Amino acid sequence: MKKILDVSNLTMDFGGLRAIDNLDISIHEGEIAALIGPNGAGKTTFFNCITGIYKPTGGDILISPRGRSQRINGLKPNLVTKKGLARTFQNIRLFSSMTVLENVMIGCHPVTKAGVLGAIFRGAGTRAEERFIAERSYALLEKIGLESFANELAVNLPYGAQRRLEIARAMATDPFLLLLDEPAAGMNPQETRTLDDLIIRIRDEDKISILLIEHDMKLVMSLSDNIHVVDYGKKIAEGTPEEIRNNDLVIKAYLGEEIDA
Amino acid sequence: MRAGNEIKRSAAASIWFMFLTFPIMVIKVNTVTQTVEWRWANMLWVGIGAFFLSMLWRYLLMQREMGGKREIGDKPGIIQTIAANRRFSIPVLTGLGVFILVFPHLFSMYQTSIMISALIYVMLGLGLNIVVGLAGLLDLGYVAFFAVGAYSFALLNLNFGVTFWVALPLGGLLGGVSGIILGYPVLRLRGDYLAIVTLGFGEIIRLVLENWSEFSHGPSGIANIPKPTLFGIELSLDQETVYLFYILVLLVIFTIFVINRLQDSRIGRAWIALKDDEIACQAMGIDKAKTKLRAFALGATWAGMGGVIFAAKTTFVNPASFTIWESIIILCTVVLGGMGSILGVISGSLLLILLPEYLRDFGQFRMITFGSVLVLMMVFRPGGMVENVRRTYTFKRKMETR
Repeated sequence: MKKILDVSNLTMDFGGLRAIDNLDISIHEGEIAALIGPNGAGKTTFFNCITGIYKPTGGDILISPRGRSQRINGLKPNLVTKKGLARTFQNIRLFSSMTVLENVMIGCHPVTKAGVLGAIFRGAGTRAEERFIAERSYALLEKIGLESFANELAVNLPYGAQRRLEIARAMATDPFLLLLDEPAAGMNPQETRTLDDLIIRIRDEDKISILLIEHDMKLVMSLSDNIHVVDYGKKIAEGTPEEIRNNDLVIKAYLGEEIDA
Repeated sequence: MRAGNEIKRSAAASIWFMFLTFPIMVIKVNTVTQTVEWRWANMLWVGIGAFFLSMLWRYLLMQREMGGKREIGDKPGIIQTIAANRRFSIPVLTGLGVFILVFPHLFSMYQTSIMISALIYVMLGLGLNIVVGLAGLLDLGYVAFFAVGAYSFALLNLNFGVTFWVALPLGGLLGGVSGIILGYPVLRLRGDYLAIVTLGFGEIIRLVLENWSEFSHGPSGIANIPKPTLFGIELSLDQETVYLFYILVLLVIFTIFVINRLQDSRIGRAWIALKDDEIACQAMGIDKAKTKLRAFALGATWAGMGGVIFAAKTTFVNPASFTIWESIIILCTVVLGGMGSILGVISGSLLLILLPEYLRDFGQFRMITFGSVLVLMMVFRPGGMVENVRRTYTFKRKMETR
């Protein structure tokens, strides 16, 4: 399998604090990978570095969506999204004054191009594009099962549905890799099962690879092909769920060491 | 339990008011006879008045809390329903159109003139609505672009004899360019910081106009700006006013048309996304800088055109017309009317400009009434008079109507 995201020696300093320390992570095409680690390990910082919200202090971030590999360090977030890396947020960041459908329509921004004049004159091209945006967004809502709420305000949705809506919105940008930041946080067991199913469908039907940060170990173990474990900004383990479950370093990071009395 | 509590609080409020107003309502010093008159009866009236007003206030607040937030499937307001339903909206619009057409012939020139001012503010309000209501950029220096428009017409006419119809697009263009000039350095700012910088920008423009006498003729301003021409036909003063009124009506309709199209377009959605959440907006592939600049430029374009019309209406411009107070009034029309809502901004502007005019009879109480209306509106309808409602989409496929 070929690598679509190849991060090497990534370092991120905040003043004197090194949040990410020489991290190497690669994601392969068609893979569901997980990034786990204790609180404050630097997982979300890693996402923020890749997606351009932070400018990494050092290291390389290479993407190769269609064979050609390119470096995306320090690129602005909107350009990173245009290159095909889409993300969701740990604390839900939906557009609160817009409807469910419009939230997804915003996601279509990078794949469309109508400007101010197009909007004012609303020629055939713009009309076709608007139709395309609406249809595409509605299809995505059908995928996540929220089509009947299309015209409701996004903030009025239940929590689990808001998380799924964030995924649909990210998918609308036409990514090759989807970065999900704690997609199951705050969900009840039933919602988590729906999510599990959705993530697998996204990988299989839409051919989008997935990297997720998650604390729900059951979800991580059942979903992931590959798990990366970080602690204090360093990678401490990588492997299949089975390997990670039995890794001493991982157990130590999560549960702490035994102290001999 | 609750009622007792309310009464206790209202009683406290009334005692507090009696205490506060004691020096002005009770003590009266007669400087001629050097005696002090104690008007205790006044205190009683203040107390009773404050008590009942406080009760009323609490009752209204309680009603508001009970109303609560909109839930899924809630019905939109009456105004929105009328606007959405063609059976109602077409007769209403036709009636309104006829009324506007005959307005200058029905009422006096004074009324028409007031209406022209109000319509200029409608245009400004709709322009600022792009910046504040849609893109969420708090701009306190909007009047600067208005000044740019007015002065471009005045100066171009003075120096090059440019007429109204040439100046109108030029004023809009220059306004838009100055919008970009202001927008560029403030791209990184948001909220309060942006407000302060734009406030400064507004003042800079005014101070430059006031002090650079060789360029702008300083505080004495520029007079004798021509009114718009109608294919070279000579018009009397009254006809000119009526003509300007119709021009303005057409421009307002044009503005409504453009903004209506913009707000449900790809660009309009990007503005609203930017207002709601800047980080998520960028993560959706939207260029923050470009989107903000577009909002600033478009908003300023309308202010520029409004400025040209203002100059043509008053035939005289000087820096005193472009103070911070104007910016605040325009901002008030947007906030009071309903941010992002076209209908709201129009009614807000009309109310805010016409109300003080018709309240002139109240003399000193004019501004107090005006201020109270603003405060009450913000407490009981923080979303504005007409809240913005997002467009709904229907799909032929199995979309069920809820």
